[in-house]
Amino acid sequence: MIGGSVTSAGTESRDAHGRNWLKPHGKWLIILPPMLFLLLFFLIPFAFALTISFADTAVRVPPFTDILSITPDWHIHVTLNLGNFKYLFTDEVYGLSYLYSIKTAFFSTLICLGLGYPMAYAIARTSKSTQSVLLLIIILPFWTSFLLRVYALEGIIRETGLLNSALLWLGVIDHPLQIMRTTLAVYLGIIYSYLPFMVLPLFATLEKLDHSLLEAAADLGSPPWRTFVDVTLPLSMPGVIAGSMLVFIPAIGEFVIPTLLGGPDNLMIGRVLWDEFFGNRDWPVASAVAIVFLVLLVGPIAVYQHYSTKQMES
Amino acid sequence: MQERVPPLLISVLCIGIAILYLPILVLIAYSFNASALVSVWGGFSTSWYAQLLHNDQILDAAWLSLKIGVVVSTGSVILGTLAAISLVRFRLFRGRLLLTGMVNAPLVMPEIITGITQLLLFVSMLNLFGWPHRGFTTIVIAHIAFCTAYVTITVQSRLQGADRSLEEAAMDLGSGPVRAFLDTTLPGIAPALASSWLLSFTLSLDDLVISSFVSGPGASTLPMVIFSKVKLGVSPDVNALASLIICLVGACILLAGYLMRRADQQRLADAQMAEQNT
Repeated sequence: MIGGSVTSAGTESRDAHGRNWLKPHGKWLIILPPMLFLLLFFLIPFAFALTISFADTAVRVPPFTDILSITPDWHIHVTLNLGNFKYLFTDEVYGLSYLYSIKTAFFSTLICLGLGYPMAYAIARTSKSTQSVLLLIIILPFWTSFLLRVYALEGIIRETGLLNSALLWLGVIDHPLQIMRTTLAVYLGIIYSYLPFMVLPLFATLEKLDHSLLEAAADLGSPPWRTFVDVTLPLSMPGVIAGSMLVFIPAIGEFVIPTLLGGPDNLMIGRVLWDEFFGNRDWPVASAVAIVFLVLLVGPIAVYQHYSTKQMES
Repeated sequence: MQERVPPLLISVLCIGIAILYLPILVLIAYSFNASALVSVWGGFSTSWYAQLLHNDQILDAAWLSLKIGVVVSTGSVILGTLAAISLVRFRLFRGRLLLTGMVNAPLVMPEIITGITQLLLFVSMLNLFGWPHRGFTTIVIAHIAFCTAYVTITVQSRLQGADRSLEEAAMDLGSGPVRAFLDTTLPGIAPALASSWLLSFTLSLDDLVISSFVSGPGASTLPMVIFSKVKLGVSPDVNALASLIICLVGACILLAGYLMRRADQQRLADAQMAEQNT
């Protein structure tokens, strides 16, 4: 591979432009390590979860029964237990928490979009140097721990937190508002945590917007709001969808926010899954909850993949 | 092409940024509060930081998290770079779609699902092969799986933009393809590698949900310890610890951003030089 004939290596790479960069064996030395690692530790685990969702709980380590068993005379028994899935559909806690999670994630995504769109638009219209500073300001919380940021938010909305102190001091209210442990707190938490996920993809599409189109629309007498609805908004759709999915999908599965900020009735599916797993130690039911959840996510994830690859290509 | 940005947009932008930063600034301010009551300001003090140094539980967790972070970011930079090279340089290969999917999916997959599925794998593996025991090893593997995705995407965009003429020149002069890549293209993407190392480090340092699932008894990372304390409410020593972590993570991100920016400027300057010379 290395040091082969000089001319052949040179012309080969130039003609094919990357298609024959390394000879076949060398190529697989590069592809296989990440491929095998991700297969084994990201994809195959889903198969295990699927299998275990058909098992039964058992008092042993690990706490579930075997699906496959081999008898001494080499007969293989497959025991599939559909009870876990049946349980999910009969006990209404699961259905309600799925619906509740979707509802919460949906409205939070809408609010993030409403707040994030003007932010991204404003950043996209500033000068290049201002842009990079503003982007850094948005990216910084994007990478900062969710846990710590949710904790920081608690410091603001607590009964004795900054918000209530300020409102009391201003005389707007005479009793502190109860925000913690309410649905409002969950919404605030999700919006606060996921806002950067909305702004960044939106900015990426709005930045590439062709300004001559906007000028053309204005020259032809289109009022600014018309230009926005007819030109800007349709052209920024890939960003709108990518950003919305980046907020919506993880928000459905959110665990930290409803646990730390929400009350007992803010039962989101992530929290149910966690309790089933760590509280009840019912791993098969937890696996079944995860599998159903994953099936529900296939649609949104496919939409996201479609639009994000589109965005990357353009 | 630059026009005035409408004041309404500017104000929404300012409100948005205020929402993002106010809680963090208040948290940092209160970490210097002398009073043990979290809502009363009792004067400036660094005593909560000093107390952290005597808390063995927190020190152990911090040390574990740092060790995990270093191994994870090194591992993910290697795997992520290989994945990025595969996706950019080899247009067609069996499993390309699979690799693209496995690289993109962790970015949107809810952590709770990744965590539970990985734990079930580890438990089944332990049952079958006697390896891996839950703790350091399993946390490292689980973190590498999602950090690799971030590294791949960062490095991929750099590799796509990289000029291959130097590499081809090196190959014309007799270097093998690997040598040519290492000598010419690798230095060009080195800033991207360094910044994705830093980003992976912060991702690993911050992760709570996946670690909680795949960790075993006795291996508590820093976020796990913080979570168990935070469930009990706001407390001044957690304020101090959280401020420290936020500053460390912030420094990593700023450094990563700086490295990428400098590389961009360098590339722009090189391009201009090349233009002048022709």
